[in-house]
Amino acid sequence: MKNKLMAISATAAVSALMLAGCAAPAAEEGSGELVFDVPDVPMLEALGEPEGQVDIIAWSGFVEPAWADTFTEETGCVVNRRVAGTSDEMVQLMRTGDYDLVSASGDASLRLIVGGDVAPINRDLIPNFGDDIVPGMQGQLYDTINGKVYGVPIGRGANILQYNSEVVTETPTSWDIVWEADSPYAGQITAYDAPIYIADAAVYLMYHQPELGIKNPYALDETQLAAAVDLLKQQNGIVAEYWADPVAQITSFVGGTTVAGTSWEILRKLAADDRMQGTLPQEGSTGWSDAWMISSQSDAPNCAYLWMDYTSAAEVNGAIAMNFGMAPANAAFCELNDEAAAHCEEFNALNEEYFENVWYWTTPIEQCLDGRTEVRCTSFQDWTNAWATVKG
Amino acid sequence: MTVTASPSAPAAAKSKPLSTLLYRYRWVRLVGLLSLPLTWLIGLYIVSLALLLVTAFWFIDPFTSKVIPGFTLDNFVLVFSEPAYVTTALRTLGIALAVTLLSAAFAIPLGIFMAKLASPWLRAVLAVAITLPLWAGYLVKILAMRITFTEEGFFNWVMAPFGITGPGFSLFTVVLTLTYLWFPYMALPVYTAIRQIPVNLFDASADLGARGATTIRTVVLPLLWPALLAGSVFTFSLSLGDYIVARFVGGANAQMIGSIIASNINLNPPVAAAFSVIPIAFVVIYLVVTRRTGALERM
Repeated sequence: MKNKLMAISATAAVSALMLAGCAAPAAEEGSGELVFDVPDVPMLEALGEPEGQVDIIAWSGFVEPAWADTFTEETGCVVNRRVAGTSDEMVQLMRTGDYDLVSASGDASLRLIVGGDVAPINRDLIPNFGDDIVPGMQGQLYDTINGKVYGVPIGRGANILQYNSEVVTETPTSWDIVWEADSPYAGQITAYDAPIYIADAAVYLMYHQPELGIKNPYALDETQLAAAVDLLKQQNGIVAEYWADPVAQITSFVGGTTVAGTSWEILRKLAADDRMQGTLPQEGSTGWSDAWMISSQSDAPNCAYLWMDYTSAAEVNGAIAMNFGMAPANAAFCELNDEAAAHCEEFNALNEEYFENVWYWTTPIEQCLDGRTEVRCTSFQDWTNAWATVKG
Repeated sequence: MTVTASPSAPAAAKSKPLSTLLYRYRWVRLVGLLSLPLTWLIGLYIVSLALLLVTAFWFIDPFTSKVIPGFTLDNFVLVFSEPAYVTTALRTLGIALAVTLLSAAFAIPLGIFMAKLASPWLRAVLAVAITLPLWAGYLVKILAMRITFTEEGFFNWVMAPFGITGPGFSLFTVVLTLTYLWFPYMALPVYTAIRQIPVNLFDASADLGARGATTIRTVVLPLLWPALLAGSVFTFSLSLGDYIVARFVGGANAQMIGSIIASNINLNPPVAAAFSVIPIAFVVIYLVVTRRTGALERM
């Protein structure tokens, strides 16, 4: 997806170098390609001696003893894990400079790159970051800027529509049951409690109200944002509760307070309740694509590179993906054994068509991500304010 | 601790030079006594608070969410001009006041019973019962309320035979949960105050022909007023700053001041800082009003 946006050509890279020093991110006129003013951070040229430990900020389930212990045995690098709950928390933590690596989602990565908080990746030092990485996860806008690669892909997934099959007896084909005021499940809906959820409304509008002209749910001008907020306010009337905490979401479904709403595959599994089912409706959905990024202030770059390489190997990358419930970045994993193949099948790891409909979390910025230059798009701050108005 | 050395005993003075020094110079005593708490109060508490508030006048880079020092009043204008923010501030104020009133309504009869009517044994049991929730973690208590009031939860299960369904997750549940959390801070000062009322005042009141309710209204309440206000400072300010309760048992429409600060703190720290001025203002106004009644001396 978003092919127009991502392939940044060599010319763009050169002009980016010339732009370096300008105060604001600048869009290249007419080309439709995005160029950002990124601080010049050097990348690691060659591997040295491992430092003995590495500090990682990760989503829950990404760094587990099952594979981290083997890594420590092989390299002598002790892994210190810090689990973060939101992308915003990750950005804040990375800016302390106390961490070497982060498993950044697309809505955190752009901010980190443009803020100069992360360094470009030297792919030569990561042999496992090769052709096996699925095409849909290479060279995306959020990890490849101005021709430089900043992220080593881990995995991706869609935000699914979860429903209680005891109440919602037929598999929903549309998100309309969580958006429309006349939903048969009004008062029993749950929604994600974060400004980024505005993009979910935009995805729905993109399908049902094409006249609004939304081409990318993360590039909304004032009018489009207002339309999304109106939809969210309408939804507020049928929402039982919003969730930001995974445990709260699970108890909300299992306790019967909600019967349908947005969810992650891992939460559906953790609920350990056969009634809970998930689906990707026709409108598509938002999703996430995560990548390891190395801090520009890392004091253990060698251990960090070793970790990125280690976790990009088919077995380890697959173990992370299976643990979290997402599609692995390394396609070679899918051919390892039957269990791996079944996992890839279930999560559409190799199905690029499926992910065409999935809009990975991206930071909304004033420069329109869909290439429009005649309007100013709304920034994440605008979204945060808008989100407060949704909940009144 | 420091003034034990006697100036009339030179031998003792020689053997305890520190004590002598402290005795001779008053300012050394003061510095020794206050340097640690003042470092804490000014260095850590006030300065960090001031740093936060200064951010309210700064700018934000809309792309990277990094703060840029400068001077603007836009953040305050936004906070006061956005209807959703104003509604949220008023809602939070209402919640805090409701929690305070509810706590007081529970604390007064309970305090009278414990202090004047209950046997010593029952009094001890009740005192333990009031303070026991303080032993459990804050989040544990909130999750306990969440499980109680969920759709298929304890409340609905118990009440089902009577055809009653619970409030679910709503503003009412938020008030109830906050009351549950902060009740001990109201109950203890009120109970202590009632214990200090001499029993013979009750007798005198009865002798003069007052019934129970009249005694409470004309004798107990006036003596209780400072304790109630002292307790209310806790219930009010603690409720004002909370947002976890709203998140876990608030349902769809219980956004509080803290919720907005929390969602802005990473993406837009200046707006979060500007908004944090509102609860500070509420509490300061409340404290000033309370101070005029003399209640703070009783805390």
